[in-house]
Amino acid sequence: MDLMTNWMSAGAEIFLLVMVCAILIADLLIKQSGRLVTYMLAQITLLGCSLITVGTHENGVVYAFHNLFVDDLMSDVLKLLTYLAMSMMLVYSRQYLTVRGLFTGEFIVLALFAMLGMMVMISANHFLSLYLGLELLSLSLYAMVALQRDSAIATEAAMKYFVLGALASGLLLYGMSMLYGATGSLELGVVSNAIQYGVADKNLLVFGLVFVVSGLAFKLGVVPFHMWVPDVYHGAPTAMTMLIGSAPKLAAFAFATRILVEGLQPLVQHWSGMLIILAVASMAIGNITAIAQTNLKRMFAYSTIAHMGFLLLGLLSGGVEGYGSSMFYAVVYVLMSLGAFGMIMLLSRVGFEADTLNDFKGLNQRSPWLAFMMLLLMFSMAGVPPTVGFYAKFSVLNAVVQAGHIWLAVAAVMFSLIGAFYYLRIVKLMYFDAPESHEPIAVGQDSALLISVNGLAVLLLGLLPGALMSVCAVSVQQSLLLH
Amino acid sequence: MIFGFPIISVAIWLPIIFGVLVLSTGDDKNAQMARILALVGSVLGFLVTIPLYTGFVADTSEMQFVEMHDWITRFSIHYHLGVDGISVLFILLTAFFTPLVVLAGWQVIEKRVAQYMGSFLIMSGIMIGVFAALDAVLFYVFWEAMLIPMFLIIGIWGGANRVYAAVKFFLYTLLGSLLMLVALIYLYNQSGGSFSILDFHQVAIPMNAQILIFIAFFFAFAVKVPMFPVHTWLPDAHVEAPTGGSVVLAAIMLKVGAYGFLRFSMPIVPDASHYLSGVMIALSLIAVVYIGLVALMQSDMKKLVAYSSISHMGFVTLGFFIFNAYGMEGALLQMISHGFVSGALFLCIGVLYDRMHSRKIADYGGVANTMPVFAAFFMLFAMANSGLPGTSGFVGEFMVILGAVKANFWYAFAAATTLIFGAAYTLWMYKRVIFGAVANHHVAELTDLNMREKLIFAVLAVTVLGMGLYPLPFSEVMHVSVNDLLVHVARSKLPL
Repeated sequence: MDLMTNWMSAGAEIFLLVMVCAILIADLLIKQSGRLVTYMLAQITLLGCSLITVGTHENGVVYAFHNLFVDDLMSDVLKLLTYLAMSMMLVYSRQYLTVRGLFTGEFIVLALFAMLGMMVMISANHFLSLYLGLELLSLSLYAMVALQRDSAIATEAAMKYFVLGALASGLLLYGMSMLYGATGSLELGVVSNAIQYGVADKNLLVFGLVFVVSGLAFKLGVVPFHMWVPDVYHGAPTAMTMLIGSAPKLAAFAFATRILVEGLQPLVQHWSGMLIILAVASMAIGNITAIAQTNLKRMFAYSTIAHMGFLLLGLLSGGVEGYGSSMFYAVVYVLMSLGAFGMIMLLSRVGFEADTLNDFKGLNQRSPWLAFMMLLLMFSMAGVPPTVGFYAKFSVLNAVVQAGHIWLAVAAVMFSLIGAFYYLRIVKLMYFDAPESHEPIAVGQDSALLISVNGLAVLLLGLLPGALMSVCAVSVQQSLLLH
Repeated sequence: MIFGFPIISVAIWLPIIFGVLVLSTGDDKNAQMARILALVGSVLGFLVTIPLYTGFVADTSEMQFVEMHDWITRFSIHYHLGVDGISVLFILLTAFFTPLVVLAGWQVIEKRVAQYMGSFLIMSGIMIGVFAALDAVLFYVFWEAMLIPMFLIIGIWGGANRVYAAVKFFLYTLLGSLLMLVALIYLYNQSGGSFSILDFHQVAIPMNAQILIFIAFFFAFAVKVPMFPVHTWLPDAHVEAPTGGSVVLAAIMLKVGAYGFLRFSMPIVPDASHYLSGVMIALSLIAVVYIGLVALMQSDMKKLVAYSSISHMGFVTLGFFIFNAYGMEGALLQMISHGFVSGALFLCIGVLYDRMHSRKIADYGGVANTMPVFAAFFMLFAMANSGLPGTSGFVGEFMVILGAVKANFWYAFAAATTLIFGAAYTLWMYKRVIFGAVANHHVAELTDLNMREKLIFAVLAVTVLGMGLYPLPFSEVMHVSVNDLLVHVARSKLPL
């Protein structure tokens, strides 16, 4: 493996790292009034990253840096979507953060560092690089949640996030060390082979697996490791909530598939059972608890928990159908989640967060277009056709049925029915109720355009979902070497 | 397809495109433009469906006007449309009612006109899609998409308790649909990777799976029909919906559920359908008799007609599950007739409600004195609802009873009681509302029908009488398809 291949396959990461450092220094020289320059630099960086990712794409699977790093179709697709999600996040949050005095260089630099973490997670082929990526992501996120220093609730959220996140990292490391002890390697492929053909101690393996799955569940935020999610979603400024709730889910999907499928495939009968429990509990608790929430961000937090449960259903079903549907679900979820949090930020004003249910009352009378976009997003989250959310649920259910878990599919649709209620309630508030305030909605042109694109994308992908579905299936198939 | 012209696609998408155009006229400053655009769209939408009838070949049960394109290749899902003798009339019925609904809401709807008209046009296209879809996923997409505009129609323009009714309507129907989705996915895997409904008809399925699939379908379709005991959303939805919403619900949306039994339950799981036909007949008869009695006790006109709809739809499901040609053809004719009659009755009540803002029977009396023309039309539709010979209501009921006698005399006996109860509740309501002395000064101030309303009712009256006196154009279209369906259903699909 020559040096050039190494550098090429990690080209986007290296470029991003250089650019982040450059932005960090450049930002010192820029006054607050010129912060737009930093913002533009960040967007250009994202554009550059996507060009490099596309340009350095190679057919097949390329391992680099002594097999610490892998460059395959799945990682390229996920990275491109991550850039897109981050770019959208920056557009949505610019105005929101500016009026709150949070639109600083730190925000942008931390966001880019978090993205670097995600990219490392997506491309990791080794427990160590997985862990490094995860920690880079997490540490950046802790700091971002705490960025609003004078807000007690944000500080509390950051503290909770940090303590529980550290605990989860500990669990994960502990599990990894046991797997290392049993198999003698940290490299995913070697671990997998050692379990399959070696004489690794079964008890130690399963013990390690439990810790790894628990750590994973913590990071994904699925029941019973979900307690941090509502507090963090609620406490963090909405822009940070959007960041936590969007692109990292793609990385989390990659993280889960890399560990469970590439590394621990021979233990599938053990972990799929654990995932069934996690998935059903998440869908149950997430959907039922969300009904009781009056704060929209908390509601979306519980809804995320339920969605992550659905995502696990795809993983545990296995095969191209299962992993492909899971990836598709993650992509669709990120799209919907960006739109939903974007809407909260659009409706927020100086000193006012539009994050309670009542703030959405009568939106149809205040702005029919925004209400319609939110309607599309909500029906998509509920999984009602002709929106793309339906196909996400559909493909996961198909995988579940194919794997022979029909009762699991029935349980999943029943919990979706419960979930439909609280999404429907938002539509009800927007369309059937009278508005509480008639204050005009001041929306920046960039974010107004973006929310329209976002909402219509949910509809158009719902009418023609085939291409995206195929991309997900093909990339999973090629990368995980499935047939 | 004639000359390669995709008639069904046009029938689906033309109203939807017009609906979007109407929506884009924006706020109520352009209300008149929205109305005119909606009327043009709905009339055009009806006109394009006429070739489906005139070009229909009645002596085959093959799908006609078929359109087939790849849609989602990964799951071999196709954009597959077509009609046979069972579905073609419902497409026409749907398109026929849309202009009437637009006209009925012409003056009454004053707030958010564009959204109201747009929703109805979009829904009209979606409902045609439900009847024409031959791919299970396409069907499901249309089936669920139907919920969204109806939810908004009930919730925004409905009566006092509209929010409760809208949410109940949505969740009830979603419950059924989601179970159906699991059943469809199961069938996809059983059929070796096809979502074509016609392929589903050929798949061999073991008995226990058949029963579970039947139950899943039952939830989806019975909720929509609605059958006893999952009917409770309907009176709420009807009472709270605006007139147009009630018309569409009663005339078309209920038919979608019954159509589902014919297109999915019976041909896909025939053995389970036979096995459970006793239950289905029992539920149908309960609907006919018990709900008929419930209708008798209503003090709200709309609720009365809503319960009467459930009772009449009981006839339809009875006709299906006695498995003979009389029953099934009678049931289909009953569905179409009920579409016209219940639609007309809801429009009649709408006319009264627009003037008096009350649906209570007790608030009326002696309306004939102030609205003689209206009273005459109302009389005709009330008679049709009670199944008077010479009106459309008679044909279907008579044939279903004839079919029921063949199956079992007591089924027919129980079903025939509807001729008494139906007449009792309809005519008793008519008597209390229309006849007698003028009840109060509100009634004294009523004005008779205007030209727009006369036009609507004249069209419906001609149809109701025409279908009653000469039902052949309706029955000949469905004859071959119904017979083939019965032959298909008689064959066992258990794996050998």
